[in-house]
Amino acid sequence: MTIRLGGILFGLGITGVLLLWSLLPGALNFAFPTKPDYYAFQEKNIAPEGGFSFDGPLGTWDTQQLQRGYQVYKEVCSACHSLKFVAFRNLQEIGYTEAEVRAEAASWEVPGIDPKDGSVVKRPGLPTDMFPSPYANEVEARAFNNNALPPDLTLITKARNDGVHYVYSLMQGYNEVDPEDQAKSPDFETPAGLYFNEYFYNINIAMPPQLLDGIVTYSDGTEATEEQMAQDITAFLTWAGEPTLIKRKQTGWFVIGFLLFATFFGFMSYKTVWAGKKKKKGDVELV
Amino acid sequence: MSFAWANSYEPKNPFMVWMDEKLPLPRLVYNAIGAGYPVPRNLNYMWNFGVLAGFFLVFQIVTGIILAMHYAANTDVAFGQIEHIMRNVNYGWLMKYAHANGASFFFMVIYLHIFRGFYYSSYKAPREMIWLLGVVIFLLMMATAFMGYVLPWGQMSFWGAKVITGLFGAIPFIGEPLQVWLVGGYAPNNSTLNRFFSLHFLLPFVILGAVILHVWALHIPGSSNPTGVEVKKESDTVPFHPYYTAKDGWFLGLVLTLFAFVVFFAPNALGHAENWIEANPLSTPALIVPEWYFYPFYAILRAFTGDLTIPFTGIVLIEAKLLGVIAMFGSILLWFFLPWLDKSPVRSGSYRPMFRIFFWIFVIDMAALFYLGGAKAEEPYIVMSQIATAWYFLHFLVILPIVSQIEVPKALPFSITEAVLGKDEPAAQTAAEPAE
Ligand code: HEM
Repeated sequence: MTIRLGGILFGLGITGVLLLWSLLPGALNFAFPTKPDYYAFQEKNIAPEGGFSFDGPLGTWDTQQLQRGYQVYKEVCSACHSLKFVAFRNLQEIGYTEAEVRAEAASWEVPGIDPKDGSVVKRPGLPTDMFPSPYANEVEARAFNNNALPPDLTLITKARNDGVHYVYSLMQGYNEVDPEDQAKSPDFETPAGLYFNEYFYNINIAMPPQLLDGIVTYSDGTEATEEQMAQDITAFLTWAGEPTLIKRKQTGWFVIGFLLFATFFGFMSYKTVWAGKKKKKGDVELV
Repeated sequence: MSFAWANSYEPKNPFMVWMDEKLPLPRLVYNAIGAGYPVPRNLNYMWNFGVLAGFFLVFQIVTGIILAMHYAANTDVAFGQIEHIMRNVNYGWLMKYAHANGASFFFMVIYLHIFRGFYYSSYKAPREMIWLLGVVIFLLMMATAFMGYVLPWGQMSFWGAKVITGLFGAIPFIGEPLQVWLVGGYAPNNSTLNRFFSLHFLLPFVILGAVILHVWALHIPGSSNPTGVEVKKESDTVPFHPYYTAKDGWFLGLVLTLFAFVVFFAPNALGHAENWIEANPLSTPALIVPEWYFYPFYAILRAFTGDLTIPFTGIVLIEAKLLGVIAMFGSILLWFFLPWLDKSPVRSGSYRPMFRIFFWIFVIDMAALFYLGGAKAEEPYIVMSQIATAWYFLHFLVILPIVSQIEVPKALPFSITEAVLGKDEPAAQTAAEPAE
């Protein structure tokens, strides 16, 4: 009895406090919702026509595309970004031979130490090195980029909501401001040094447009349109973010196949074991 | 423990006879989860989740120990170490995704297990102790999951830890020194990560101990059942093995198939993208929220937006943050009192027309809290979580005691046998007391 009385008192007390001191004063705000002034410009991510080769449970890597994406990364993105969890040796997974990887690694400069005097120098990369950052440290990175920090790209497709489509969209999001949206948010502007991009979370991004048509010349002869490069770099970064993606899906089919098989037999033996113990047709309804 | 008609263990081959004399472990298993344990014959699938919870506890311990072999609790390397597991350790990606989603499935299973308890009032005498131990287990699980989420040292790890440890700061007088002591500094840092790793490794074994007590306490009265009518005689029960081993077995297969779909095809669907960014104490994420299984309690915490003041004087009695903390912990601690708040003599919700309506309203309320806990802290979500929080407390503390007082329950079947077969032998209607 005391527990129930105490319970009722505590319950009424805490709801009373909640309703009178939190809900009532707060209800005023309810009438005036505030939204950031750039929300009108935000667009939903787009996907390439036909999707990516690695989409869906049956997806696979398109190594040709990954190699094109690698070329875009090397010639465009790596000027400002790094891939600190990806090693050159991993390129073997996207179809380069061991010798090609060694040559490819050597074409990059990574921080090293002079074996003679111990001074900090640049040396050619080895297959075991990680993709380097072009900057010595964060201060230098910011100094070169209008105080913005280019993020490491290893996990970019996982570190954003719907990240694969986000990267694909962002690369093509440097569009004209829609006058209708501008009318909805008249105060909105893009400050000097920033660029309007309707997929970026606060619309103005410090990275300038990158994938200008023809900025790379693909070694496999594919035409380097903005859309093509956006697709290729997205595929490459998806691979960089999760090289085990396809193996994971393939393992999944195997495991699920086994589980369905085991569950089916489990169910059959359950039926056999219980035969006769269950209520039969015509019996009174079980409540 | 167990009923008079339980099968008794009779070892047949000489080795088992020898074993039974020296260490009667097979006998224990036989009587606890074998043919020697009679269980009501009418259990529905809601009674499968206890065994499933046990499975996921063991699963988390096994995957966790493997991950711990490759992890390093140091803020400089922890994030990279997870990437090392994902990329370089053989099937490391599988261990990491299985462990992260295993926690989610563990909580899903536990929520269903708890809601079974709410609906069939499994917390009522003679099963109060099972319930009380269950609440202790749930609290331990929450602590374990919270600390585990900090280990990858992503953005949500860090900021989630900061928000939750910051709650201790709301306690008057001792709050701030207590918080600094618990965290090992003013914000989560390397000491925090180390102690969280240590505790995250320890607590699952404490949970395991509590589960053993939980199941021991269960074996005194035996399981309840969907009618809530206690077992009276042999025809009300079936031996656990093979009947429930078969039922639990195939159902485990079904749940594991679902689990495999998530692990292999959508392993990040239940998590936050933000946590794939390394922790940065200088950059606050736009939205700090815990994992989905904490959402209802996070919604309750955030519902208190105003200080409790004496009107027109501006004197603050209790700050909003402290109110939120009291409500959040209170919302779970009140489960301890449930056996004494709900005094209806009828157990099963199926025979309680009024309770049943409020039960389903409560389910909707909980669903709302689940949604609101992950929503942005802006209108209309704030007002909605305030209403849902108010209902949560009213349901347990006001509605339940009153309903159990005034409601007229439906007629109960005489026995489980009658409930299953539609009729029971009057001659056999002699009640057998469960013998210990
Ligand atoms: C690691 C976590 C847990 C494990 C392994 C576990 C295990 C079990 C098992 C095996 C049973 C018997 C089968 C069944 O009724 O489903 C059971 C029954 C029960 N559990 Fe748990 N449990 C856990 C957590 C909890 C929690 C968090 C609660 C409540 C807050 C709880 C409350 C109960 C109750 C009341 C029963 C008796 C149900 C009845 O017979 O009607 N358990 N538990």
